[in-house]
Amino acid sequence: MLDDFMTRAVLAGIGVALAAAPLGCFVVWRRMAYFGEATAHAAILGVAISLMLQISVFAGALMVALLMAWIVTLLSGKNYAMDTLLGVLAHSSLAFGLVFVSFLSGIRIDLMAYLFGDILAVSQNDLAIIWIGVILVLLLMYWRWSPLLISTLNEEMAYANGLKPKRDKMILTLSLAITVAVAIKVVGVLLIVAMLIIPAATARIFARTPEAMAIIAAIIGSLSAFCGLEAAYVFDTPAGPTIVCTAAVSFIIFNLMGYIYKKINSI
Amino acid sequence: MNLISIENLCVNYGAKTVLHGVDLKVDAGEIITIVGPNGSGKTSLLRAIIGATPLKEGKVTLKTGLKIGYVPQRLNFDSSLPMTVERFMNLSNNISKKECFNALEKAGAPDIFRNQISQLSGGQFQRVLLARAIMNKPDILLLDEATQGLDQPGSALFYKQIEEVRRDTNCAVLMISHDLHVVMSASDRVICLNGHVCCSGTPANVASDPEYKAMFGAETEGTLALYQHHHDHDHDYDHDHTDKKVKHSA
Repeated sequence: MLDDFMTRAVLAGIGVALAAAPLGCFVVWRRMAYFGEATAHAAILGVAISLMLQISVFAGALMVALLMAWIVTLLSGKNYAMDTLLGVLAHSSLAFGLVFVSFLSGIRIDLMAYLFGDILAVSQNDLAIIWIGVILVLLLMYWRWSPLLISTLNEEMAYANGLKPKRDKMILTLSLAITVAVAIKVVGVLLIVAMLIIPAATARIFARTPEAMAIIAAIIGSLSAFCGLEAAYVFDTPAGPTIVCTAAVSFIIFNLMGYIYKKINSI
Repeated sequence: MNLISIENLCVNYGAKTVLHGVDLKVDAGEIITIVGPNGSGKTSLLRAIIGATPLKEGKVTLKTGLKIGYVPQRLNFDSSLPMTVERFMNLSNNISKKECFNALEKAGAPDIFRNQISQLSGGQFQRVLLARAIMNKPDILLLDEATQGLDQPGSALFYKQIEEVRRDTNCAVLMISHDLHVVMSASDRVICLNGHVCCSGTPANVASDPEYKAMFGAETEGTLALYQHHHDHDHDYDHDHTDKKVKHSA
């Protein structure tokens, strides 16, 4: 079954969508979109380094994504506003990554594959690494779900409950870095944040509890991955961007439906 | 044994000293109010107690197994986070529907069970926060300006509830407040904080203390105008805590 490239692509897409769902909810709730962007862009630098050192792209991307998260945490609250700082770090790491890649003249590299993903080329080996990452992220999220919710609402309340909000935040950052690393192959560094945010934002329309939002986001994300891949096959379009387009279209449609539903109810 | 025992507490925020030489002991069933101008370190003191801020010097000792109920000033809530009152109530306490309903009923808000937190009024919201804080029967309640955003009858009602909680459960209460008039009458002890403990004692004692008068003279005009005092030293709002002042508080 895993011999078919389409099956592997669907499984990889659904895997990333599942990990991105609970994580994406926290990115939305804690307003970490730009932080996610910086982590993801840094990953291209990780890709360049891995290719140079001939180590696993996953490992390299994960390491640099974590390093970026650590630098952001270190520098935050100093001289610049958070969004300025993230803007500097996100785009410069992307630029440095691209320049680094250009030095690797000996190896033929399809840069587009790392920027926008190359989901149809996912190997069985890639699929295994993606799912190990996905399961790890899901376990971490399940384990720290309530503590993270409490510290999202109020940090002092978390401390008073005997929790460790700083450690939980590190776990969230680690999960984000893992998700970025495994999603490179699927949607590429430029579109990872879209997979985090769009399904979660769409799920908000229907959800009454945080858990419901995460589950609905997982469903929307998985359906987007599946339908996006089918659409890419039919229309012969790039797969990663088509998945994100599908998610974006569902965001628009469900929001319009929600708006109309409200209008009808208020008449 | 004291519930909380603080000795010679110093807290820095960056290069700035926000608290120094603070001693404080809290016994079971006591209602203590901390008053002080903005930036006087009230919130830092609470944060030090719950372990949310590193101590530069001194010691904060909590009774072993001390259960803390914390009522925050506000939640970082925006409409992107869906949360029903019920789900919020059992976020950290694993409780049944029935217990949750009872707690809300006791707090005077039984019918908001299924509402979204973001749609509650200020008064309902504070009731939910209090109900959540007292649900696991804490030994002490910490309140950080919990009545901010309530009107005067609203906050009077809130304090009445807190007195009831204390009466029913003998739970100690340590609160930061700006509503000086209400607070004064409800507290066993008032601590006037401005980087250090300026004065403390029964509400009447503190109200007549020159340091308190110096700090709150203008704000308490009317209610406490009966007290006539002379300032023995200056206590402007942003005085920096040099060594001289440390000695003074010790």
